[in-house]
Amino acid sequence: MSGFIPPFAWQRVVVQPWTEDFNVSFWIVVMGFLVAAACGVVGTYLLLRRMALVGDAISHSILFGLVVAFMIFRSGGTMVMFVAAVATGLLTVGIIEFIHRQSRVKTDAAICIAFTTLFAAGVVLLSVAEMQGPVHLDAECVLYGEIAFVPLDPAVEVFGLVLGPAPVVRMVGVLVGLLVLATIFYKELLVTSFDPALARSLGIRAGVWHYGLMAVLSIVIVSVFEAVGAILAVAMLVVPPMFAAQLSDRLPVRFALVFLHAALSSLLGYQLSVWLNCSPAGAMVVVGAMLFLLAWAVTRPRRAAFPGWTAPS
Amino acid sequence: MMKDFSTTAPPLEVHDLTVAYDRRPVLYGIDLTVPAGSLTGIIGPNGAGKSTLLKAVLGLLPLSAGWVKIFGGPLAQHARRTGYVPQRESVDWDFPVNVMDVVLMGRYGHLPPGRRPGRADREIARACLDQVQMLPLAGRQIGNLSGGQRQRVFLARALAQESDLYFMDEPFAGVDAATEAAIIDLLRGMKDRGKTVVVVHHDLSTAQDYFDRLVLLNMRLVAAGPTAEVFTPELLQKTYGGRLTILSDVAQALGEER
Repeated sequence: MSGFIPPFAWQRVVVQPWTEDFNVSFWIVVMGFLVAAACGVVGTYLLLRRMALVGDAISHSILFGLVVAFMIFRSGGTMVMFVAAVATGLLTVGIIEFIHRQSRVKTDAAICIAFTTLFAAGVVLLSVAEMQGPVHLDAECVLYGEIAFVPLDPAVEVFGLVLGPAPVVRMVGVLVGLLVLATIFYKELLVTSFDPALARSLGIRAGVWHYGLMAVLSIVIVSVFEAVGAILAVAMLVVPPMFAAQLSDRLPVRFALVFLHAALSSLLGYQLSVWLNCSPAGAMVVVGAMLFLLAWAVTRPRRAAFPGWTAPS
Repeated sequence: MMKDFSTTAPPLEVHDLTVAYDRRPVLYGIDLTVPAGSLTGIIGPNGAGKSTLLKAVLGLLPLSAGWVKIFGGPLAQHARRTGYVPQRESVDWDFPVNVMDVVLMGRYGHLPPGRRPGRADREIARACLDQVQMLPLAGRQIGNLSGGQRQRVFLARALAQESDLYFMDEPFAGVDAATEAAIIDLLRGMKDRGKTVVVVHHDLSTAQDYFDRLVLLNMRLVAAGPTAEVFTPELLQKTYGGRLTILSDVAQALGEER
């Protein structure tokens, strides 16, 4: 066992990353936080709408869209990526609904058919593209991501001001855009999630908001791809909102808790990965899940841990 | 204070409405007019299509045939004037909102996209909660409410919509006696203020007392009119009795043929 788990050396695990390797540690932890926070905000609505599986589906089927976009445009620019992601995300949801409506296949099976087919098509196309010449789309990276490479990306400069590595800057943009949309359209998202029938009778078109949310979800997933990959993105979509749901019965408080969870799991997960010499993204998800278990254990006797936070009754 | 409705279109007009689930018809050729200022009960046996009728009228289900007019036009034109109280079970009561949040949703139809409810909307919501004696529980999480309290929250939300025409799906189902009395008082108050209320109801024993008009439904319209004219043994027999099972047999056969 002692050979399997490296000893916890304070100097190596805690001091060194924040002194000598500060630039690497800082950007990895910041990226981890941004990824978990953005996924957590979208994921909160997915969980409320009982659509966690759809997040899983889009995170896989997006591979197909990315490869197709790459083959057509021969570039991996941000706009190309976003357009490809939204198109594939909506295509996935469309296929799921088409199968569900046109046959006796239930939704869960329809989801599995749709995304595995698109994912498989993506894998096939990726192999073909790789054989044809230099393609800067790495299958391993798409599946698992590599957050440790984030600090190596060229820094973005605006008017001589060095902002940070490109993926981090893009992720900040995505998170800010997400928060702006979630704030402006809070009431539409709330009522279409809680009571779609009422929403429609009020003249708020539930279908439009459903597809809008799916488009935003696709953009979030594609922008976290590079860092955490398709599989861990699903964990990031589901774990922070589950943590928040354990601790509060109020939606605004849940969003705050999602951010707290994102910060804790990113920082502690990074420290764990330094200690164990493992993938930082994987360690962040493991820590995130532990935090959920902790919240669950603490609040098991009652529904909410902090009654004061759930507004007086 | 009664408004003059003689020159305006009726709140609800339905012609030849037919609805099918999965090609199996559940409502055939419904013709119906609901006059303004009436309190109308829709009654019929289980599976008669009572809730389906409401959902079809509100555009929540596709029509196979026929048309619906709300105040003489399509629903989209009069969404603000139309309120809906779905069945209690249709929503997730673990949803992270409190009583006030739910009642404020009734105001959403009056707000443009991107605008949040303001102080005036909160005042209206408070007044509506007060009308159903739920104001002291305004801050309570909705999961911690009893069945009767949940129904009152839904009614307060409907009041907050300030509509002229209301559709309610089984508001009396599974509520305590005090809530039932409170709801019927509320409905009568709405009628007195000139509102039109259409209620799906399953309890025959109270239907006669509660409603001034009745719609007897069993996959097709059996009768519709003032309670005194419609609530007769013959028509009820026709609605609940064995005769109409022939129709549902036809539907069954059509369903199996697919």
